[in-house]
Amino acid sequence: MEIIDTDVAIVGAGGAGLRAAIAVAETNPSLKVALISKVYPMRSHTVAAEGGAAGVIKDNDSFDNHFHDTVAGGDWLCDQDAVDVFIHEAPRELTRIEHWGCPWSREPDGHVAVRPFGGMKIERTWYAADKTGFHLLHTLFQTSMKYPSIERFDEYYSTDLVVTDGHCHGVTAIEMRAGRVRFFRAKSVIIATGGAGRVFPFTTNGAIKTGDGMAMAYRAGVPLKDMEFVQYHPTGLPITGILITEGSRGEGGILVNKDGYRYLQDYDLGPPDPWPRKKAMELGPRDRLSQAFWHEQRKGRTISTESGDVVHLDLRHLGEAKINERLPMVRELSQSYIGVDPVYEPIPVQPVVHYTMGGIDTDINAATGVDGLFAAGECACVSINGANRLGSNSLTELLVFGARAGLGAAEFVANGGAGSDDGAVQSAGRAAEDRVLELFRRAKGTESVSGLRREMNEAMEAGAGIYRSEDSLHACTDKMQELRERYKNVMLTDKSNVFNTDLIEALELGSMIDVASAIACSALQRRESRGSHQRLDYPDRDDSAFLSHTLARYSATNLPAIDYRDVTITRSQPAERVYGGAQK
Amino acid sequence: MSERTVELEIQRYDPEQDDAPHFQIYTVPYREDWVVLDAINYIKDELDRTLSYRWSCHMAVCGSCGMAVNGEPALACHTFLRDCPDRIRVEPLQNFPIERDLVVVTDDFIDKLGSVKPYVVPKEEKDVDDGEYLQTPAELARYKQYTACINCLLCYSACPQYALNDGFVGPAALALAHRYNLDSRDVGRGAREEVVASNPGIWECSFVGACSEVCPKSVDPAAAIQQTKIASTGDYFMSFLMPWTRK
Repeated sequence: MEIIDTDVAIVGAGGAGLRAAIAVAETNPSLKVALISKVYPMRSHTVAAEGGAAGVIKDNDSFDNHFHDTVAGGDWLCDQDAVDVFIHEAPRELTRIEHWGCPWSREPDGHVAVRPFGGMKIERTWYAADKTGFHLLHTLFQTSMKYPSIERFDEYYSTDLVVTDGHCHGVTAIEMRAGRVRFFRAKSVIIATGGAGRVFPFTTNGAIKTGDGMAMAYRAGVPLKDMEFVQYHPTGLPITGILITEGSRGEGGILVNKDGYRYLQDYDLGPPDPWPRKKAMELGPRDRLSQAFWHEQRKGRTISTESGDVVHLDLRHLGEAKINERLPMVRELSQSYIGVDPVYEPIPVQPVVHYTMGGIDTDINAATGVDGLFAAGECACVSINGANRLGSNSLTELLVFGARAGLGAAEFVANGGAGSDDGAVQSAGRAAEDRVLELFRRAKGTESVSGLRREMNEAMEAGAGIYRSEDSLHACTDKMQELRERYKNVMLTDKSNVFNTDLIEALELGSMIDVASAIACSALQRRESRGSHQRLDYPDRDDSAFLSHTLARYSATNLPAIDYRDVTITRSQPAERVYGGAQK
Repeated sequence: MSERTVELEIQRYDPEQDDAPHFQIYTVPYREDWVVLDAINYIKDELDRTLSYRWSCHMAVCGSCGMAVNGEPALACHTFLRDCPDRIRVEPLQNFPIERDLVVVTDDFIDKLGSVKPYVVPKEEKDVDDGEYLQTPAELARYKQYTACINCLLCYSACPQYALNDGFVGPAALALAHRYNLDSRDVGRGAREEVVASNPGIWECSFVGACSEVCPKSVDPAAAIQQTKIASTGDYFMSFLMPWTRK
């Protein structure tokens, strides 16, 4: 097995991975950075984020506002020390991206413009039309080319962390072009692999979002935290699940049911007027909006179509000029994929799986419990998002904590890095290689990758969707255990070494089943309703029992062991989440 | 009533087994709302696990799934079955070496992208605590169109100049250089000119405009190249008229 020596290995080259790489390069240009990704950086799913990135910059706003919006939006499951770090570093990170060339939309005087977003009391979301993630990712990717210490390994699929005695010594990855396993022997490793929306069948997430990094850390002994909190975005296009940005409601779009009625007023989000109005109606938080859809559907007030039940997102009153300026991609996507021009017709939309609030357990410095191992971005859980992330906090999060991970890794290496027993490390690397080779060479097997994946997707939707119960979750965890067993018999058809996506998809499936199992078990054990986790059998929030983070620990044979850690509360005591009201 | 189907004629090539590319025909269901990528995913999941191709976002923004569909470079996720004949030929993008099946080797493009210094070269470094650079909507509008490139490589596949001369920097990278040259925060044009103006291809680009025709994001690289030529020609003459402006 070829060994590639480096100082910092970064797995994932989306927003968080690129930001971390640049942070290492700027902190210490003598450190070698290996930036490893299963896709070219600009294909990473950061590219699909639309609406914007939150950061306090205007005189009418304050850090306190952003803090309280985020903590209440997360239903008090956020760690408040982490939120404080996040909101204070946010404007500097967004400004840095501006200096690097991000084409932020502007006010007439040349200052960066901001737009309202769901659950935010003041407009504070920086945006680049409705392609913010795209511009942010390309700006980071292009800027990263300035730094000679960053060496990219594009289309390398990472398979395992190499961990001995609680120290991380690197990562193994398949060079997809050659079909060979390489060992990146590193003094520290940062995981920045994004979320795991693909464990569900209907998602805004691209094909690559299979939770690989979460699963690697999980198998290596790092707990997955708060995995039961999965965000449904309220406005996805039918069939494809393509995201229609919350920015469209920020600009004044409304949601109506089959009677043309703005139904959100029936779910403690009204009154409907005056509109637009912050933290009310269509600018409520995503969890509440998606849950309202579910209730409308049960009342028979959604619109039945061949592509399932929908409600209407109406932008017509914004007018063509504003739609073209602020929401050009929404118009294009809607016209292309469902034949609806939002200038003239309302857009049919459904809730769709969008974001994993949970992830790899890290502290506020992006460090995990394994020495030398860091994580940032959607794959990590710090937690600033708690039980429900506010729209436009995630792009900012990947910058703030991507940078922190880079700084932390650089400092860790400067202090000597993970000490290594070379023999043990190499044999751990070889064991990782053997795992891949066994799958690749397996001569007998009865299960297909696509078949198992479909069963996993269906079980997750049926058992761990917007509303859950003891019964649905029991069925789901049982199914995941069954799938883990059957996965041992998965069979590859493709035996080529060159760009073998049968092999990659099989490995991704293994990761997804592990992650799905953590989601279902964590949801089963949390017998309360909070934020995006709603239990039909436990409809209320229970702070006495569950004001705590769920930690799911991997077991090779059984369902994960679940334990809890207290939420860090500094200056905001849990209270009722209040949206709507008549305030302007 | 039998279900409507379409045939996909897909170019296959595994360098470990095949001497040359060949075509394989698959029959898939027709769905009104399907794009070519959906049909290919159906093949992968239901018919043939060995087919290799790239894709991710399924919303025409990640740029992964560029292919030649009936001979024309296109994003498979943005090409609808309803706009295609009942037999669809799918090949890898032209003008790139084939890695496997529909996957092409894009190293050359990635190198060229880096060669044009695609980042802001500021007049002077500004501390983040001093806030953002001011840029009016009009200044943003000057270059915004050229920021929309998703690096899907359709333009390289369509470019007759790149087909003849692989030293040509090519449409997307030149458009990106132009994007930074036009950005009010940037003073890097001189450094980029060294790569751009000296590149043999740019002067031979014949303004066929094939790049702009196939661009799924209306970036119009052909216009960027023509504007670059005019600016570079201007620099050349200025260097005689006003030698002190020479870089």
